[in-house]
Amino acid sequence: MIPKEELDRAFDARFPREMKDKLAAARVAVAGLGGLGSHIAIGLARSGVGHLFLVDFDTVDVTNLNRQAYRIPHLGKPKTEAITEILREINPYLDIRTAQVRVTQDNAASLFGDYPILCEAFDQAEGKAMLISALLSQCPNMTIVSGSGMAGYGDCNAIRTRRAMRRLYLCGDETTDIGEGMGLMAPRVAVCAGHQANQVLQLILDTERK
Amino acid sequence: MVTINGEPVQASGQILLDYLKTAGYDPARVAVERNWEIIPKADFDKTVLQPGDSLEIVHFVGGG
Repeated sequence: MIPKEELDRAFDARFPREMKDKLAAARVAVAGLGGLGSHIAIGLARSGVGHLFLVDFDTVDVTNLNRQAYRIPHLGKPKTEAITEILREINPYLDIRTAQVRVTQDNAASLFGDYPILCEAFDQAEGKAMLISALLSQCPNMTIVSGSGMAGYGDCNAIRTRRAMRRLYLCGDETTDIGEGMGLMAPRVAVCAGHQANQVLQLILDTERK
Repeated sequence: MVTINGEPVQASGQILLDYLKTAGYDPARVAVERNWEIIPKADFDKTVLQPGDSLEIVHFVGGG
């Protein structure tokens, strides 16, 4: 296995040491490990975020391969297990915690309440609204980075990040809906996931923004 | 007068849930913040909009 010191040196060659320390000390939860969540987790792991809590109830299905980070050997495995395998191959020294559970408004706060930053990466609009309403009302110190609107193959520049509420950042075009005859495709989902992961890095590194 | 997503709206005295429905929102797909505090979904039918309130309504679309 690659020594931790070699990975650390590779990071130190490109970024100031205090960045690495802040990222290594950060704790981020990801709710949903589909097209958004799987790529958010990879983006955060590659960036050196030290602790990730990854939650999804589902298993990897062949219909996921068009946009999610999984590959054929992962078919049938819980997404929590599949993403952990992928992340371990990127950085074996990260602290990864998972829960294979369906998130409801009744268990959301007890699952995620300890985390200062959460990425909402569900697929249904009702689930997104439920999670954000439940967590922002019950967890006073949490900031959420949510994804809304990334279907189809329209202009990627329509996908943006804005601070929609005091503790909610919203990434996406806020318009394109999977319910309107156009499904999800890999490029725009990855763009939106990149927005979300980047906003998380800003929250971790630019602490004066809080 | 109430400010909703940055625009002045004549909605003082209305119940939040009624406002959402008449304005065309699906209440199951929104999150609402009033004066920088989130309103729990269970309170949508109990919240009366007050003059000077500032509301942010985020309407989610599916996909992820």
